[in-house]
This record gives sequence, structure tokens and C-alpha cells, in this order.
Amino acid sequence: MKVLLRNPRRELDLRGPLTVAALLERLELNPESVLVICGDTLVTHDARLADADTVEIRPVMSGGAS
Amino acid sequence: MKCRVCRGPAVIDIRRHNAGFCAEHFLHHCREQVRRGIKEHDMLRPGERVLVAVSGGKDSLALWDLLVALGYDADGLYLGLGIGEYSDHSGDAARSYAGERGRKLHEVDLAADYGYDIPGAAAATHRAPCGACGLSKRHLFNRVAIERGYDVVATGHNLDDEAAVLLGNVMRWEAGYLGRQHPVLPATLGFARKVKPLIRLGEREMAAYCVLEGIDYIVEECPMAAGNRHLGYKEVLNALEERSPGTKAAFVFGFLDRAQPHFAGAALEERETLGECAVCGSPTTGEVCAFCRLRERASDA
Repeated sequence: MKVLLRNPRRELDLRGPLTVAALLERLELNPESVLVICGDTLVTHDARLADADTVEIRPVMSGGAS
Repeated sequence: MKCRVCRGPAVIDIRRHNAGFCAEHFLHHCREQVRRGIKEHDMLRPGERVLVAVSGGKDSLALWDLLVALGYDADGLYLGLGIGEYSDHSGDAARSYAGERGRKLHEVDLAADYGYDIPGAAAATHRAPCGACGLSKRHLFNRVAIERGYDVVATGHNLDDEAAVLLGNVMRWEAGYLGRQHPVLPATLGFARKVKPLIRLGEREMAAYCVLEGIDYIVEECPMAAGNRHLGYKEVLNALEERSPGTKAAFVFGFLDRAQPHFAGAALEERETLGECAVCGSPTTGEVCAFCRLRERASDA
């Protein structure tokens, strides 16, 4: 599957199938700090991602201390 | 995972609620959390004019959208900070949102209207850019609200923001800041009321709200905020939240219920010492307010 990461923007190729939870664990990402979007659909942590999927991992943390 | 409400397929799971939601019921959940936060803290009253501090990011655009969906009379204010492409893109996001939905967006540009920008201010004052940015925002959102007849300024601070600020204030026992850390700061002479209607929603929920509502926000992080202390606090809190869902909510709401009132006196003492800035007339503890001092140093540089 194609995995798009941001901040900095980069792309990875990983072999599926994988659950979202397993994907985040493999990438050492805290599930609290990202959304996972498969195609154009938000997916939950138990969703299975197939080899042919395109997945965006979108960070949600933002902000200065203002 | 299934939606807690309709048992259809869920699109988001929220571990602190031990629940999943489909798109329709997640959007309903967000509106309900905002409605409940506003009611619990008496943030807004019917007929009031609300000025939303809009950055082009997920929180402020979602807030604007939610307030209008709940029937409030809410306009936006975008502040051009002069942070290169980041400001160009964030301004575009704010203008596109307002244009597509027919909403009124005020704009103030630091460089054009006040003669400085945030990178210049940080360099001239040797302050962290986030400090100069926060100071400029607080001053100008308040000033525009008062000058243009708004009853209240609404900001997109969410549960994660409040938890991170609280952690920072506790780590240093900042009594005055702890006394002012509340979802509502009442109006006083020279200050519009300030409210934080997203207090019951996390930033992951706000990003999901934008995705599901088709709101195109700036995903990239501000380049000047990278590695700042606030983001470090968020990482620590997220690590705790992963092990123990609900930690951030318990921290913030426990503080508001049981600790904040003990610090309110320290904030009141500070307020009693406020006079008028000799340059702009804004409330200040000194002769010239921090914003005017920043502006003078930054525009001279």
C-alpha cells in the first residue's frame, strides 16, 4: 500500500493487509496524534488496509502556546 | 467497529468515550459537545455578535462552522502574520472557507497595518516567535472586537490545547495564569469577553470534523512552532492518554472543578493593577502595553 505522511511530506510503500493499529505501531505513531484516511474515507483503528490501498496519515497536533 | 448510536460502520473511534461514530452521528456529537460546553460555562447568549479568531487551521474553521450550525451570529477575523508560505496558505484557507459559505471575514495584516511581522519581531526582540505571535493575536483580536462592536471573541482552543497549557502552568506554578485559565474570561474595562467553545473536544476530533464536513484547512504545522515547548507537552500528554484514555479530560475538567477557583484571586490581583497604555489606551500593568513595546522594537529593526 502507498502511505502518505506529512510534516515532513513523504511517501512509503508497505505490504498489506494490515490493520490501522498495526500500521501505526509499525511507524511508531501515537494513535492519539493522527487521523488515518484510506482513499477519501476516515477509518478506525480496527479497519483492515489492503495492499492496493492508498492511505494518508494526517497529524492533528498543532499550535504555538498562544 | 460500529457506531455507538446507529450500529452502522464507524469512521472514527474516540477512546476516552470508549465509542465509535459514523459520520452523521460524529458530527452530531461535535455539535452537542460545543452546545454543552457553551451552556455549562454560560459562554454565549442569544443575539450576541461573536468574532471568531480564524487562523486557517482545523480548530478555528471547525469552531466557526459549529457556531454557525448552532445558530450563532459569528464572523471571522484573520490575522496575517507574515510567516512566508505558511501565512499565504493559511490566509487562502480562511478566505476560501468564508467565500464558499458566504461568511464575513475581517482581515488585519501585521506588516501592512502595524509595520512588522512575526519572524521580524522574534529576531528584533530575541523572543521565541510563539511569544510574539500570541501577544499580537491576543491584543489585536481584542482590539478589533471592541472597535467593531462584537460582544465576544471565540478562540479555537480545544481540550488538547488546554491540557498542554495547564501542564505548562502547573510545571511552573504560574498562579496568575492558572487563575485565568478558564473557558470564559468575562469582559472587563478594555477587554471583550473571551470564550473557548471547543473545550470538550480534542484536536483529533476537530481534524475529523473538518474532513467529514469538507472543510479545507491548512494541515502543515507553522514552521516557527516546530519543536516548541507546547508541542512537547502535547506529546507527553498523548503518551499518557494512550496508556490511560480520558487522562487529558480528567486533568482539565478536574482542574476547572476543584483547583482553578483557588487561583482566581491571583488573577484578580493582577487585574486590579491595570492602567491604560500611554500609546494605544489598552489595559496594561505598565506605562506602555506589551504589544506597543513589541511593535516599536520590531518596526525599528
